[in-house]
Amino acid sequence: MSNYPLLSLSIWVPIFAGFLVLATGSDRNAPLARMLALVGAILAFVVTIPLWTGFDNAKVGMQFVELGSWIPRFNINYHLGVDGISMLFVLLNAFITVIVVLAGWQVIEQKVAQYNAAFLIMSGLMNGIFCSLDGILFYVFFEASLIPMYLIIGVWGGPNRVYAAFKFFLYTLFGSLLFLVALMYLFVQSNGSFEILEWHKLPIALGAQIWLFLAFLIAFAVKVPMWPVHTWLPDAHVEAPTGGSIVLAAIALKLGAYGFIRFSLPIAPDASHELAWFVIALSLIAVVYIGFVALVQADMKKLVAYSSIAHMGFVTLGFFMFSAMGVEGALVQMLSHGFISGAMFFCIGVMYDRVHSRQIADYGGVVNTMPKFAALFMLFAMANSGLPATSGFVGEFMVILGAVKFNFWIAFAAASSMIMGAAYNLWMYKRVVFGDVANHHVAELEDINKREFLILALLAAGTLWMGLYPQPFTEVMHASVNDLLRHVAISKIQ
Amino acid sequence: MEMQKLYLLVPLAPLFGAMIAGLFCRVIPRWVAHTATIAGVAVAFIASVIIFKDVLAGHTYNGPVYTWLTSGDYTFEVGFLIDTLTTTMMLVVTFVSLMVHIYTIGYMHDDPGYNRFFSYISLFTFSMLMLVMSNNFMQLFFGWEAVGLVSYLLIGFWYTRPTAIFANMKAFLVNRVGDFGFILGIGLVLTYTGSLDYATVFKKAPDLASISINIWGTAEWSLMTVTCICLFIGAMGKSAQVPLHVWLPDSMEGPTPISALIHAATMVTAGIFMVSRMSPLFELSTTALSVVLVIGAITALFMGFLGIIQNDIKRVVAYSTLSQLGYMTVALGASAYSVAIFHLMTHAFFKALLFLGAGSVIIGMHHDQDIRNMGGLRKYMPITWITSLVGSLALIGTPFLSGFYSKDSIIEAVQLSHIPGAGFAYFAVLAGVFVTAFYSFRMYFLVFHGEERFGKDHDEHHDHHGDHDDEEVSVDHHHGLAPGQKPHETPWVVWLPLVLLAIPSVAIGYIAIEPMLYGDYFKGAIHIDHHAHGSMEHLAEHFHGAAAMGVHALTTLPFFLAFAGVALSWFFYMKRPDIPAAIQKKVMPIYTLLENKYYFDKFNEAVFAGGARLLGKGLWKGGDVAVIDGVIVNGSAKLVGMISSITRLFQTGYVYHYAFTMIIGLFVLMTLWINRA
Repeated sequence: MSNYPLLSLSIWVPIFAGFLVLATGSDRNAPLARMLALVGAILAFVVTIPLWTGFDNAKVGMQFVELGSWIPRFNINYHLGVDGISMLFVLLNAFITVIVVLAGWQVIEQKVAQYNAAFLIMSGLMNGIFCSLDGILFYVFFEASLIPMYLIIGVWGGPNRVYAAFKFFLYTLFGSLLFLVALMYLFVQSNGSFEILEWHKLPIALGAQIWLFLAFLIAFAVKVPMWPVHTWLPDAHVEAPTGGSIVLAAIALKLGAYGFIRFSLPIAPDASHELAWFVIALSLIAVVYIGFVALVQADMKKLVAYSSIAHMGFVTLGFFMFSAMGVEGALVQMLSHGFISGAMFFCIGVMYDRVHSRQIADYGGVVNTMPKFAALFMLFAMANSGLPATSGFVGEFMVILGAVKFNFWIAFAAASSMIMGAAYNLWMYKRVVFGDVANHHVAELEDINKREFLILALLAAGTLWMGLYPQPFTEVMHASVNDLLRHVAISKIQ
Repeated sequence: MEMQKLYLLVPLAPLFGAMIAGLFCRVIPRWVAHTATIAGVAVAFIASVIIFKDVLAGHTYNGPVYTWLTSGDYTFEVGFLIDTLTTTMMLVVTFVSLMVHIYTIGYMHDDPGYNRFFSYISLFTFSMLMLVMSNNFMQLFFGWEAVGLVSYLLIGFWYTRPTAIFANMKAFLVNRVGDFGFILGIGLVLTYTGSLDYATVFKKAPDLASISINIWGTAEWSLMTVTCICLFIGAMGKSAQVPLHVWLPDSMEGPTPISALIHAATMVTAGIFMVSRMSPLFELSTTALSVVLVIGAITALFMGFLGIIQNDIKRVVAYSTLSQLGYMTVALGASAYSVAIFHLMTHAFFKALLFLGAGSVIIGMHHDQDIRNMGGLRKYMPITWITSLVGSLALIGTPFLSGFYSKDSIIEAVQLSHIPGAGFAYFAVLAGVFVTAFYSFRMYFLVFHGEERFGKDHDEHHDHHGDHDDEEVSVDHHHGLAPGQKPHETPWVVWLPLVLLAIPSVAIGYIAIEPMLYGDYFKGAIHIDHHAHGSMEHLAEHFHGAAAMGVHALTTLPFFLAFAGVALSWFFYMKRPDIPAAIQKKVMPIYTLLENKYYFDKFNEAVFAGGARLLGKGLWKGGDVAVIDGVIVNGSAKLVGMISSITRLFQTGYVYHYAFTMIIGLFVLMTLWINRA
């Protein structure tokens, strides 16, 4: 299998499919566009499966490497490869794309081809981010993936979509400009190389490392998003269509966290150690502060958006404890959050499609009219609160346990999410789902159809699999994470 | 190999039943649901009996089923530890669960959620079995949270009742507070022993006894004390110890069968089981044991007081459960772990009996739960009456019945304990005997004897209960008897479990005390440091057989206290009902304090719930909206806007303006250039 350029396929199959869908043109051909999009998304997912089945768990370093010259003048290469850290995200991304195409099946009726094309193209671009081993290639994918998301929010979004789309675009663009400066600096320092793996070996003085680290931090913190640069996320989620929210939460947020692992930690290890306290402090603020903020949200999408920020706080916390449990816990949390937040946003979308409101106050007693939906929503609300046997537990468990070793009070603050997470999820669930039928909208609700059931069942399968048997997911990470930690432990100051 | 398959069968059989009843609850007929689940639990029970015999023959087992996760140097496995402590719990859980399953056929007969209910209680049985059979902390925590989830689902079973869906959320959140401590304790265990496997942890634990850690400022704390207190906070949540007890009375919103199974016999005793399992750790910290002892004593006595003023039949039993859980906790604090497990077992039988008896009364009364509307029921419900009497007698510690042996052993163990707080605990458990007898027989007399108060127009009773027990809210579950209507005995599926539970309630104490407490039944499962905490050793010196213990008890203080409690309640509620009313008026402040359950709920509601919402609003409106978005994000956008509005002045679009600017610029540059030269 490894003879095929699998990574190129995982990037270009969805992009090619996207352009094909775009070619179907106007909404007269909407059914064809949908079908093509679904076939394309499934095909794109299928080509990523050999990445996992053919992955060598014992091997340290990049696998499925592809190298070609792109812009020889600046020594920029088309250099792809995945290790145990990035490989699963390619699969998750491709999987979520299938979910998203299904999620928009009956809901999106305007500009169907363009909608599906945007998601397919974005999926390919984001796979490019996870696979890039060249700084400029990474940057190009990183920036290009903004455009489809910007369009998705700006075109298919809610009433305040233009403000949200701009906020999203400017916020993230602001961060990535500093990132570009950092790339240029590294290019010069490394005597004209854009190879990320070369940069990992590059000796850099502490002062320069700190500047680099801060540039990376700003770029990635916006994406994650970390407190206090998180305020674009609730707005973007609220205005985005359901599919947009799913991709945003499940994949787009992971790009920032992935950046920390691929750039900040290995390129500036000494600065990472120096400034770990700062990142940890921000992470804990995200976990605690955002937990309280989530509690009082009246809009369900905002509530889940805030809960995403709190969960991503666990990710950054896990990274900067520099232990295998912490880093692997964080990676597991990222994967798990992909399933759970995607499912949570889809659940809200299911209700929104029927009632056209996201306000908690407009609901009550949904279980009476949508029992199947209520059961699945319960599963995901519990998973979002970190219940054991769901994937939501595994990452939190690993990060909290890792944190106890690091510092008891950090663990104490992080573990408070067990209470707050349950509080905001269950309080929302109680007000929305339990109780008597609150109004005629709820009384007229129809339970989920087969398509919606399929989507939730797929996500539930992922959530439960990861919760009951996470070993296959962490097995592939060990070699790469241990290698990373060994690398980060060695000073680069000369 | 054969036995290992059997171990696996015990939790999986109920899980299988739960899946059949749950996943297909809308398509299968009722008989399929209850047959599948009862068969599953019955298989689990029979397998447990076989395993029990095997363990008695000396075959304990400790091994993994599969590797859940590896990370760094740590390995987390799902696995079983089968020893006498485990098998005792397995027998209790599967037996009570089986009784409750059968009982449910009758109790939930008219409920539209019949299949769903069976699915939940079987799922609960699976979770509870995973909890007790675990050989490591991770799986323990899984079972711990899973039983919490099912408890949540079952308390809110009647999901349209506002009180039920409030109570279930409250139960889950309060338990999460406990779990918060629990997971930190687990984290400390992992950090210092490098494993979550019981056997490894317990082997390494003695080396950790001398380690102290710096938690706050310069104060050095014993690692074992901090770890054990963290773990115990988990137990406080699950086993409803003050101040995390507040969820248990409200959990009575759930259907009665689960009150018996989950909120009396099994789940709430998980904390007791956990501490007993951790005895090698708790033995290393006398400070932690003192904390356990005092918390248990407070719960045992003060929750008993609340039982006196309850009028809802289930709430009387609920407060009695709280108080008895306090007794078990006291036993743990006194290092009498085997006594705690012994009381856990006897309590499981007689308390399940009392709850199911109460449920039978509730059916007979057509879902009226107010004991002031009952009276004289013994004529109409003879089986319920006799079995409830047996349960009550066992509860108050009548010599030769099961509750006597376990409760008296606790009292004696505390008396022999010398750790700080033992004096107070001894007083509390002794006073608790009187209180227990008083409220138990107050309920018994009001329900089964005296004037028949049912079938009257009794709406006036319905308005002064606690905060969240307004039964009249429910549409179809609280009718009460119509005027002139009589209560009736319940069908056999309801009374048969009562009879089957009454047998061990009478006999199990007499049979089991000698092997469980003084034999080597728990050898290897429970570890006691006899040097530091010698109460069990001293207790053994005083023991001369179960019969002698019963006879001897007739001349001791606890017996007189229990007798006095019964006599006083008879005098108050049968002879002179005017006296309690008069007392109530005399000591109004105390009554109000009890009526408000020591203001725990109001405090939590105002301070924790209200505080969290206020803080959330403040951080959101003040932090996110005002500062971050208002000042920084939109502020910088405005700043850009301002600067650009100034620069815009120069960009008029008129060619001559640009030309003019260019000329000025040229002049300036030339001037500079000339001056430089």
